[in-house]
Amino acid sequence: MKLLFEKSVAGRASSILPVCDVPVVDLADNCKRQRPLRLPELSENDISRHYSQLERRAHGVNNGFYPLGSCTMKYNPRVNEAVAALPGFTDIHPLQPAHTVQGALEALSLAEKYLCAITGMDAMTFQPAAGAHGELTGVLLIKKYHEARGDTARVKIIVPDSAHGTNPATAAMAAMSVVNIPSGPDGCVDLDKLRAAVGPDTAGLMLTNPNTLGIFEKDILEITKIVHDAGGLVYYDGANPNAVMGVIRPGDMGFDCVHLNLHKTFSTPHGGGGPGSGAVGCKDFLAPYLPKPHVGVKDDAYCFRGDCPESIGKVKSFYGNFLVVLRALAYITTLGRESVADAAKNAVLNANYMMKRLSECYSVANTGLCMHEFVLTLEKEAKEKHITAMDIAKALLDRGIHPPTMYFPLIVHEALMVEPTETEGKETLDEAADIFIDIYRQAMADPESVHSFPLTTPVGRPDEVAAARNPILRYTFE
Amino acid sequence: MTIQNDLLYSKSHEWIRFTGDNTAQIGLTDFAQDSLGSLVFINLPEEGDALSAGESFGDVESVKAVSDIISPVSGTVAAINTELLDAPEKINEDPYGTWLIEAGDITDKDDLLSAAEYEAFCSEEG
Repeated sequence: MKLLFEKSVAGRASSILPVCDVPVVDLADNCKRQRPLRLPELSENDISRHYSQLERRAHGVNNGFYPLGSCTMKYNPRVNEAVAALPGFTDIHPLQPAHTVQGALEALSLAEKYLCAITGMDAMTFQPAAGAHGELTGVLLIKKYHEARGDTARVKIIVPDSAHGTNPATAAMAAMSVVNIPSGPDGCVDLDKLRAAVGPDTAGLMLTNPNTLGIFEKDILEITKIVHDAGGLVYYDGANPNAVMGVIRPGDMGFDCVHLNLHKTFSTPHGGGGPGSGAVGCKDFLAPYLPKPHVGVKDDAYCFRGDCPESIGKVKSFYGNFLVVLRALAYITTLGRESVADAAKNAVLNANYMMKRLSECYSVANTGLCMHEFVLTLEKEAKEKHITAMDIAKALLDRGIHPPTMYFPLIVHEALMVEPTETEGKETLDEAADIFIDIYRQAMADPESVHSFPLTTPVGRPDEVAAARNPILRYTFE
Repeated sequence: MTIQNDLLYSKSHEWIRFTGDNTAQIGLTDFAQDSLGSLVFINLPEEGDALSAGESFGDVESVKAVSDIISPVSGTVAAINTELLDAPEKINEDPYGTWLIEAGDITDKDDLLSAAEYEAFCSEEG
């Protein structure tokens, strides 16, 4: 389809801007553009059709099943949008005096209180813009903690080999070195390997629980104890709390700080890449290091506390993506304490139901109960019949299903990572399972046929090598 | 999958061609390039960098994933194959004809596998 720039017709316009009602200020010549911006010129009708056309070429939660593992593509209740669109929240400025935005500050404070209760933490910042940003903030807290105690030899962060790539990247960004420990045969942390890895140079361990294979780390109390006994801290990667929220708390498992992907677990539409919110919670002893400013109470009124001499500073301008925090608050408030736990339980139930149905023909990477997601492996099929995880994923597109996460975690070959979430009914799960199974049978009967899928989508199989090596990221004017 | 008899191999799928008493070329095996799929980027160390047996000296990115390249020897980087930086696909096309780095001043090496041992190892793995 044509780009807006290609559809542009010189002189065509949309009168959507109101007449300027403030004095026009003339800039100095050296501050002015030398020529006008080359913006596309289209009628409002054409623009509207353009975006509708783009929307038809995409697949979102509103279009169909979206079991993208580790991404928690749950349905996001519309009431959250209504709350986040209230003028009292949208028509304010972050530099407004605190006494004029007491409601917004109260919302931030309440969200902190509820999310701390859910995670078992004592304080929380909403500055980080998304998950990896939250990770960096959390690891900087850990680093600051060691530095503040004069323990400067602690420069290593331990991550399991099943971790998200963001974990080692985060450690590197925080100028720490990364120690990778292999998982045990059950996909969980190998306690002996962990014991061998910790020492006086250990700053901390980054871990997600349930882990990346969708398995609950049953030795979690021993894991956190091993790290604590060695003088390190334990960081909870917020990839997977959808399986446990309201049921068990990272704080009770021994974690010292956590991040939450509010956009995932607490329901903000996030398929388009943002905005997100990587809220970071921590125990009391780390709270002084949290980014500033932090919402507090002074003289019976909410305020921004800037008196945080030990803070690691700002990690983002102002207070983070405020409207995402509001959606999370609306989500938690409308569900209530018990229903937050029910959501997690249903996420686990749905995943187990789907896993059981798919295990009729697919191989599951780790047998036994899963949490909110599970990992299939096409390793045998790839070897014997050249049917890969990619083939299955592409075939799903033709059937109106967004493919699961592919080729992750790296410790499972030909992986498909399926996360149905709690917001899908049994009918959807059954329909999807039927399609998965049907595709599998067709692939086994006629392996050649699946290499050509998808046939019905606007784009077939793109040249991934060319896309990675020579991405075209902007329009080039002739 | 092909294995060349005149090379030594590591369990992390690098091949080693000793070119002198303490110099060697290091590359990725056919098994490695086949498992990784089409390579799109490669990061190599700089000449003079230290190599430590069992530790990463670079990484390759395929359309599937990024993987570390593990050094089978300790020593220093004597030369890098700069041609690969713009054309990592050469590893896919000719894995044994495409060395990544030349190691010099080799002081130590991991337990390396012969071609026959590596073949047996791959058939267990794969």
